[in-house]
Amino acid sequence: MSEFSLYLLQQLINGLTIGSTYALIAIGYTMVYGIIGMINFAHGEIYMIGSYVTFIVIAGLLGMGMVSLPIILIIALVVAMFIASTYGWTVERVAYRPLRGSNRLIPLISAIGMSIFLQNFVVLSQGSRDVALPPQVTGGWSFGDPSLYEVSLSYMQVMIFVITIISMTLLTLFISRSRMGRACRACSEDIGMTNLLGVDTNKIIALTFIVGAALAAIAGLLLGLYYGVVNPFVGFIAGLKAFTAAVLGGIGSIPGAMLGGLILGVTEAMTSAFFPSEYKDVVSFGLLVLILLFRPSGLLGKPEVEKV
Amino acid sequence: MNSSKLYNAFFAAGISLILACLMIGVKLDTDSTVLTVKGATTEQWMWILTGISVVFLSQLFSTQIDALFGAIPKPNIQKILPEERKMAALKPWLIAAVIVVMLIWPFMVSRGTVDLATLTLIYIMLGLGLNIVVGLAGLLDLGFVAFYAVGAYTYALLSQYFGMSFWACLPISAALAASFGFLLGFPVLRLRGDYLAIVTLGFGEIIRILLNNWTSLTGGPNGISGIAKPTLFGLEFNRKAKEEGASTFHEYFGMDYSSSYKVIFLYLVAVLLVICVIYLINRLMRMPIGRAWEALREDEIACRSLGLNRTIIKLSAFTIGASTAGFAGCFFAARQGFISPESFVFIESAIILAIVVLGGMGSQMGIIFAAIIMTILPELAREFSEYRMLLFGLLMVVMMRWRPQGLIPMKRPNLELKQQ
Amino acid sequence: MSQLLLDVNGLTMRFGGLVAVNGVNLKVKNRQIVSVIGPNGAGKTTVFNCLSGFYIPTEGSVMLKSEQIAGLKDYQISRKGLVRTFQHVRLFQKMTVIENMLVAQHRHLNTNLFSGLLKTPNYRRLEKDAMEHAAHWLKEVGLLEYANREAGNLAYGQQRRLEIARCMVTQPELLMLDEPAAGLNPNETKELDELIIKLRDEHEISILLIEHDMSLVMGISDHIYVIAQGTPLANGTAEQIKGNPDVIKAYLGEE
Repeated sequence: MSEFSLYLLQQLINGLTIGSTYALIAIGYTMVYGIIGMINFAHGEIYMIGSYVTFIVIAGLLGMGMVSLPIILIIALVVAMFIASTYGWTVERVAYRPLRGSNRLIPLISAIGMSIFLQNFVVLSQGSRDVALPPQVTGGWSFGDPSLYEVSLSYMQVMIFVITIISMTLLTLFISRSRMGRACRACSEDIGMTNLLGVDTNKIIALTFIVGAALAAIAGLLLGLYYGVVNPFVGFIAGLKAFTAAVLGGIGSIPGAMLGGLILGVTEAMTSAFFPSEYKDVVSFGLLVLILLFRPSGLLGKPEVEKV
Repeated sequence: MNSSKLYNAFFAAGISLILACLMIGVKLDTDSTVLTVKGATTEQWMWILTGISVVFLSQLFSTQIDALFGAIPKPNIQKILPEERKMAALKPWLIAAVIVVMLIWPFMVSRGTVDLATLTLIYIMLGLGLNIVVGLAGLLDLGFVAFYAVGAYTYALLSQYFGMSFWACLPISAALAASFGFLLGFPVLRLRGDYLAIVTLGFGEIIRILLNNWTSLTGGPNGISGIAKPTLFGLEFNRKAKEEGASTFHEYFGMDYSSSYKVIFLYLVAVLLVICVIYLINRLMRMPIGRAWEALREDEIACRSLGLNRTIIKLSAFTIGASTAGFAGCFFAARQGFISPESFVFIESAIILAIVVLGGMGSQMGIIFAAIIMTILPELAREFSEYRMLLFGLLMVVMMRWRPQGLIPMKRPNLELKQQ
Repeated sequence: MSQLLLDVNGLTMRFGGLVAVNGVNLKVKNRQIVSVIGPNGAGKTTVFNCLSGFYIPTEGSVMLKSEQIAGLKDYQISRKGLVRTFQHVRLFQKMTVIENMLVAQHRHLNTNLFSGLLKTPNYRRLEKDAMEHAAHWLKEVGLLEYANREAGNLAYGQQRRLEIARCMVTQPELLMLDEPAAGLNPNETKELDELIIKLRDEHEISILLIEHDMSLVMGISDHIYVIAQGTPLANGTAEQIKGNPDVIKAYLGEE
């Protein structure tokens, strides 16, 4: 293989890595949108909180002298998911549920307020500077021609793929097989009717927020470890990206969110391969605008039929 | 008091404990190179406990608290003010009095106060501009600050490269911001409301990233400095005229130089701009286009069935809103003399939105009031300045929950049919 | 012989696999009241949505005054003189009655931004004309005394009439009414009946009507089309329809 194609392969690997975490966050947007039709602006902050909790737990356990990395990571994952879900649930309960049924603009503004609040809550409690964690999962494989270009696939990247695939599979099983999952699907078809049929829709909505937040926390853990730094402002941009991914795939569609995340990740990686990396954000927003213009229902979404 | 209340209260307190513990209770810290976790101080724990008890008690006595809030009479502006007919007669006098006061008071107070008033006026302009988009047309624009940036950079660049004056750039800035609004709005305004919010948010970020990275033109993160201040018919407010042969304000009028002239002059320019904006918006609200914005917000389908082109109508609101921001941006650049992408971050958009929401969507009086509160309160409570954004966020949530119509709800300019 | 105002041929609308309307033909002449009837879910409102441009028909042609309008945008169609009301009244609830009427004249009024900002004499004249035009139509439907009320506060029957008046100020040639009598009491229905006839006879427009109130339909229609399950079933005068066995079967079901 030529140097160039090896370089592209490397970018593809990097893109898929980031893309799979976008997909994890995007699911939170897509599930909430699918059921109550609102954009949960605070979702990016939940991801950021997930990252912080991960760092806190890892630093704490290391400080206590624990050495087994797998155990530390599992504990961090469980705690991060639990805390993030609690945040997700509380946000819904405090800022969205009381506003249900009002004009569309109102919950949206409340969500923006919540996002600002959470971001600054973390700024105040944890400081606004970058917090760095030394790499925990190190090493990897490399292949390709060392004289031309060496493609590396780190264990961290493999871990991101594996955990993402496991989470996605579990989510898909949950949605398609369990009673609660069926209720979720029913709600996204017609929430009013589902309520009339005796399903406690408030519970289902709360569940959506919890599941979405838990997945965001997984993304928080993975990206936190991958980059090794976190600050209170990472949630904003990641949230935007993930939302773009959700729209790209077709908002409301879970497979769409997965696909959208991967496509967006790869697009960004390819952009930064050829242009200064600052422009990758420009490209992804540009992509968002283009999709909305030409295929507002996304790649896998259902077109909306207007009721007159 | 029943047991479910008690259960709720314990539950809420438990949740608050979980939420507080990991974020406030422990803090990440870098000890030389190792990341460590520090427990909170006793004082912080006291705060956490206080917070949790507040949550616990408020849940336990929620009915009583609601009743208490319900018992507080809501201030009814209509009742405080004299009746409508008297108001109509008084109105021109009131407006004249307000304008006179606004023109006189800067001569009696300190420079800092006047400067703060100028800042407030900029926010009033921005708030009124966003109000057209959000309040009147019902379109949520989260990238409003981008148009502000376009206005500011237009003046900064034109002044730097071509030496153009503030007054010439003012309409250019507004027009350029409007054309950006038009270009962005044309494709995206067909979208549903919440998509629009996110696209405008992305647009705001794109503009900021471009400003930050197009170093050769915009100076990148260093921004542009030394932007010329407005002049009064060619008279500068500097100690010495920059150009040969030009004269300065104090020389022309034979006064001693004082830097407060400049500050007061800027303030007066801002007052002038705000009055223009208020007049224009007032006219627009009473014009067919203003009615169409409102009608579109109420029932889009009915509008379409009556032959209203929704894209054009939304676009007009979006463009006019953007041009107001361009106006404000031009003035901002002139006032600061220095601009950088730092001034045009998302948080600025959020603050402007908070002003509109707090004041009352659609309500001009409310927005002016809210802009004053939002700029003056942080100045008064400087020791709490780090809590400023936290409180803004909280305020938006609280307002949406308890008073979505804002502090001073919009009063529609009802058009009456006079019976013959 | 009067000229064809509206000529619909082979109108078909599919949503995915579902055929909601299948090959419907409609002809409306000048100064005619034509009704479309059919059981619930027959696709009547879908036909209206296709004609008024809310849906773009999958197949078929819609000619208004010999001009193809299928595929045009909704607002373009209404500007060509085909205006509709809705099954569920769609007023601008928070605006006053007169303002509702002015919004409908937006396109006649909205000449120039600057003339409005500066209140030029031309602008004032246009606005005055619009007011008079609105007042004229309010008087026609008997709502003049409510002109300054909030539209949402009117009684249901009045809201229905306001919706018709609001259509009329746009100066249409064909008015489409989607179940105008739904929810009205017998008295109000009778007034509506008179109003529709007056629109045809005095204001010389044609009316296309969807209605379930058979006595209203049979009493005023010049021609009636029956559709069932999206497909045309019969058409003719009231007398012909009343005696048609297919129609009776479609309404009552088979024995």
